Amino acid sequence: MTSFLEVRNLTKRFGDFTALDDVSLDVAENEFVCFLGPSGCGKTTLLRTIAGLEPQSSGTIRQQGRDVSSLPPARRDFGIVFQSYALFPNLSVTDNVGYGLASRRHGRAATAARVAELLALVGLPDAGAKYPAQLSGGQQQRVALARALATSPGLLLLDEPLSALDARVRLRLRHEIKALQRRLGVTTIMVTHDQEEALTMADRIVVMNHGVIEQVGTPQEIYRAPATAFVADFVGAMNFLDGILEAPDRVRLGAVTLACLPQDGLAAGAKVRACVRPEDVRVRDLPAGVANRLTVEVTDLDFVGAFCRATLRAGEIALVADFSSNLIRDLGVSAGARLDVALPPDRLRIFAA
Amino acid sequence: MSLAAAGPLKAATVRPSREDVAMRLGVVALAAILLTMVGLPLWALLAKGFQDHEGRFVGLANYAAYFATPALFNSALNSFEVAAISTLIVVPLAFLYAYALTRAVLPARWLFQGISLIPIFAPSLLPGIALIYLFGTQGFFKALVGGQIYGMKGIVIAQVFYCFPHAVLILTTALRTADARLYEAADALGASKLRVFLTVTLPGAKYGVISAAMVVFTLVITDFGVAKVIGGNFNVLATDVYKQVIGQQNFSMGAVVGMVLLLPAALAFTVDRLVQRRQVALLTARAVPLVPKPKLARDAFFTVFCVVVSVGILSIIGMAAWGSLIKYWPYNLSLTWANYRFEAFDANGWDSYFNSIRMALWAATAGTVLVFVGAWLTEKTRGFGAMRGVVQLLAFLPMAVPGLVLGLGYIFFFNAPSNPLNFLYATMAILVINTVGHFYTVGHLTATTALKQIDPEFEAVSASLKVPVWRTFLRVTVPICLPVILDIAIYLFVNAMTTVSSVIFLYSPDTKLASVAALNIEEAGTTAAAAALCVVIVLTSAAVKGLHLLADRFLFDRLQAWRRR
Repeated sequence: MTSFLEVRNLTKRFGDFTALDDVSLDVAENEFVCFLGPSGCGKTTLLRTIAGLEPQSSGTIRQQGRDVSSLPPARRDFGIVFQSYALFPNLSVTDNVGYGLASRRHGRAATAARVAELLALVGLPDAGAKYPAQLSGGQQQRVALARALATSPGLLLLDEPLSALDARVRLRLRHEIKALQRRLGVTTIMVTHDQEEALTMADRIVVMNHGVIEQVGTPQEIYRAPATAFVADFVGAMNFLDGILEAPDRVRLGAVTLACLPQDGLAAGAKVRACVRPEDVRVRDLPAGVANRLTVEVTDLDFVGAFCRATLRAGEIALVADFSSNLIRDLGVSAGARLDVALPPDRLRIFAA
Repeated sequence: MSLAAAGPLKAATVRPSREDVAMRLGVVALAAILLTMVGLPLWALLAKGFQDHEGRFVGLANYAAYFATPALFNSALNSFEVAAISTLIVVPLAFLYAYALTRAVLPARWLFQGISLIPIFAPSLLPGIALIYLFGTQGFFKALVGGQIYGMKGIVIAQVFYCFPHAVLILTTALRTADARLYEAADALGASKLRVFLTVTLPGAKYGVISAAMVVFTLVITDFGVAKVIGGNFNVLATDVYKQVIGQQNFSMGAVVGMVLLLPAALAFTVDRLVQRRQVALLTARAVPLVPKPKLARDAFFTVFCVVVSVGILSIIGMAAWGSLIKYWPYNLSLTWANYRFEAFDANGWDSYFNSIRMALWAATAGTVLVFVGAWLTEKTRGFGAMRGVVQLLAFLPMAVPGLVLGLGYIFFFNAPSNPLNFLYATMAILVINTVGHFYTVGHLTATTALKQIDPEFEAVSASLKVPVWRTFLRVTVPICLPVILDIAIYLFVNAMTTVSSVIFLYSPDTKLASVAALNIEEAGTTAAAAALCVVIVLTSAAVKGLHLLADRFLFDRLQAWRRR
C-alpha cells in the first residue's frame, strides 16, 4: 500500500486542551477514509489540520511524498465540503462551481464546459442559473461537492457533509457520494459522527476518542473485531458483561463460566468485560454440547420493526438479543418465556475492565 | 553548529502565506490609524492635564486647582443632575413609545416610528433654539415657565427631545426580541396582566432599559450644543471645556475638565458593554416571535400616547422651521427667506453648508471603507490574536470618548510642532479624520455583526480553490454586506452633518462647518438665521436617509435577487 497521505505524531493543543494527541495515520491513494467518533474527539480538528486550516502544535503531514506541514491551505492540494455547504449566496450555481476555475485562466469556454460536466456529474445539469437559496439542502450540498471537485484536487475533504440534511436525502446522497468517489478515484477523507454513514461509505474507518486513534480498520474489522471497549461500545449495539478471566480461554461471569478465544494480553484473574453483539446471540438449532449454553428468561420484548430486541436474564447475567420476527413466530417467544441460547466463543470479545 | 535545532525536531507549524502576511500588515496599519485617530490624541490630552501653560510638568496641580474652584466643580454636579433627570424622563417615555411600537396595534405604525427618529437628523442646538422661540424671553408661552427657560429646565427639555430617538431605537430592539411562547405559557397559567408585565416583559427588556439609560446619560453629559444655546448661566462640564479653551485659552484646565468629562462617559460605556454581553443568549433561535393582536382599550391608549409625543417632536422641529421663516420674532410674523441668506450673518455664508456636505461625503466614503475593511481584517486575519485584540479595543474606545474631549485631544496632538502630521491641522482632512474617529465604534460593531453572520468557511473554501482572499472579499463578502455598508455610510454622513462638539476646536475659517456656523450665528444673537441653518441640516440628512430607504426598497430588490427563495 503506497501511502498517499502520511500523518506522523500530530499533536494539536488549544491552551490546556489537547485536541490531538500524537496521532499517526496513513491514507492510501484512491481510498475513502472516514474519521468517526463522538463530538469533541478531535476528528474535525484532524481534518482541518490536514487542510492547513488549523496549525498543528507539532508533527508532520506529507501528501504524495511532499511535506506540507508548514504550508498554508492555499498551497496544499485539496478540495473541501462543509456541513454548512458554504456556498456563496450571491453567486449563481454556475459561478459557484466555476469559482476556482476562473482564476486559473482556463478560458471562458473551457470553464463553462467543465462546470457543465461537473453539474452533470452531481446530477444537477439544469441548475446552473439558480442561486443557492433556490435549491434544497441536498442540492446545495451537491453543488458544494461539484465546486470542491472542479479543480481536480488530489484529496477531497468532507466535513460532516450529510449532517444537516433530512434522513431520506442523507441516505440517497451517501450512495451517490460513494459512487462518485469510486468513479473518480479521488482520495477522500470524511468526518462523521454517524457510525452507519461510516460503515456504509468507508473503505477504512478511523475511530477516534479524546484526541487519539482507537482503531483503524475496514468496516467489517471495526464491527466484528473492535480493538477497544470504546470502539465496541461506539460502533453498533453491544452487551457488556463484567467478569474475571479464569484462564486464557475462559471467563467467569458470576456463577457462569464461558469459553472464549485464547486471550494473550491479559493475565489470569484479571477483571474483564466480555462483549457480545445482540445479533450474535444464537437461539435456533443449538447442537447438543454447544459451548456457552445458557437458559434464559425473556423479561422484555421490544418491537423495533424488522426485528425484536429481547431483554434476557440468566441469574445475574442480563443481556439483550436481536430476534427476527420469523424466529419469534417459529419459537413462540414472548415475555416471560424461557429458552436456551448460546454465546458463540468466537463472537465473544474480552477487554480489560 | 547545532543542525538538530533547525531540523525536523523543531515543532513544525503552519507558515503564514503571503496573503496572511498582507492581512496582518493590514491589521497593524489599522492599529496605527486608530491609534492616531483616537489613542494618541487622548494620550496628549491626558499629558496636558499635568502641565502648566509653558508645558512644564506640574503633577496634580491642575487637578487640585480644579477641585478647589467651586465654580468648576459645581459644573460637574450640574452635569450629573441634568443627565440624571433627563435619563429619568427619557427612558420611561421611550419605553412606553417602544412598547407601543412593538406590542400594540397602531394605525400608521411606520409613521410614528419615523417621527420618533427625526431628532437624529438635527444638530443638538436645534431643540435649544426652538425652546427659545417657544418659551424664551420673547416666546409665545413664556408665561408657562415664568419666562425662565434658560438653565436647567431648558436643557432638560431639549435633551429629552435630542436623546429620545436613541432610547427608542434600543428599547424597540429589546422589546421586539420577545418569545411569544413565554406569554402563552403565562396566559395558560392564569397570570394577571401586571404579573405578566413584571415577570416576562420587564425582565426580557431589562438589559435594553439599562443600555438605553447608559446611552442617554452619556449623550446628555457629553452634549455641548444644547447647554451652549439654552444653558444661560447654568454651567455644565461641556460648556466649561469650551469656555476654558476658546474663552480663556487655558488649555491645561480645559484638559482637566475634559478628563473629568471622560470619566462618567467611560463608566457608562463600560456598564453598557457588560450588559450587552449578557443580552446575547436571551433569545434562542427557536423562539416564536410575538405578534400583537388588536385590543381596543390598549391600542387606543397607546395611539393617543404616540400622537401626543409625536406632536411634541414635530412642534419643536416645526417651531425651528417656522422661526427661521419669520421676519422679526415676535413683532413681525410675516414670512421671509431673508434668514436663509447666510452671507448676511456669517462671513462664510452658504460655504459652511457646502463644507459640511463635503466633509460628510468624505467621512461617509473614506470612513466606510476604513470601517468595513478594518472590521473584515480584524475578523478574518488568521492567527495574530494579540494584535487583533488591540485593534478591537481601539475600535471600542471612541464610543467612550465625548466629542469635545476628542476634539481637544486633537488640538494637543496634531497642533504640536514636533508632530509630523502637523500639516493636517486646520484642514478639511482633520475634520474628516476626527469625525470618522469619533463615530468609529458603531460602524465597526455593525460591520462586525454582519461579518459574523456570514459562513466562516468562505475563506477556507477560497483557499482550497486557490482563489486569493481579496477576491472573495470583493466578489462575495462586499455584495452580501452591501446593505450594511450603506447603513454605515449613512450613519457617518448624518453624524458628520450634525456634529458640533468634536469639530468646534478644529475648523479653520476656510473649513467652517454648518453646525459650527449655526452655533456662531446663534452666539451673535441672530436666532432666526441659526434656526434656518439647522433646518437646512435637518432637511439634508433626512433627504439622504430618505434616498437610502428608497434605494433599499427599489434598487436592492434587483441587485439582491439572490436573497429570494
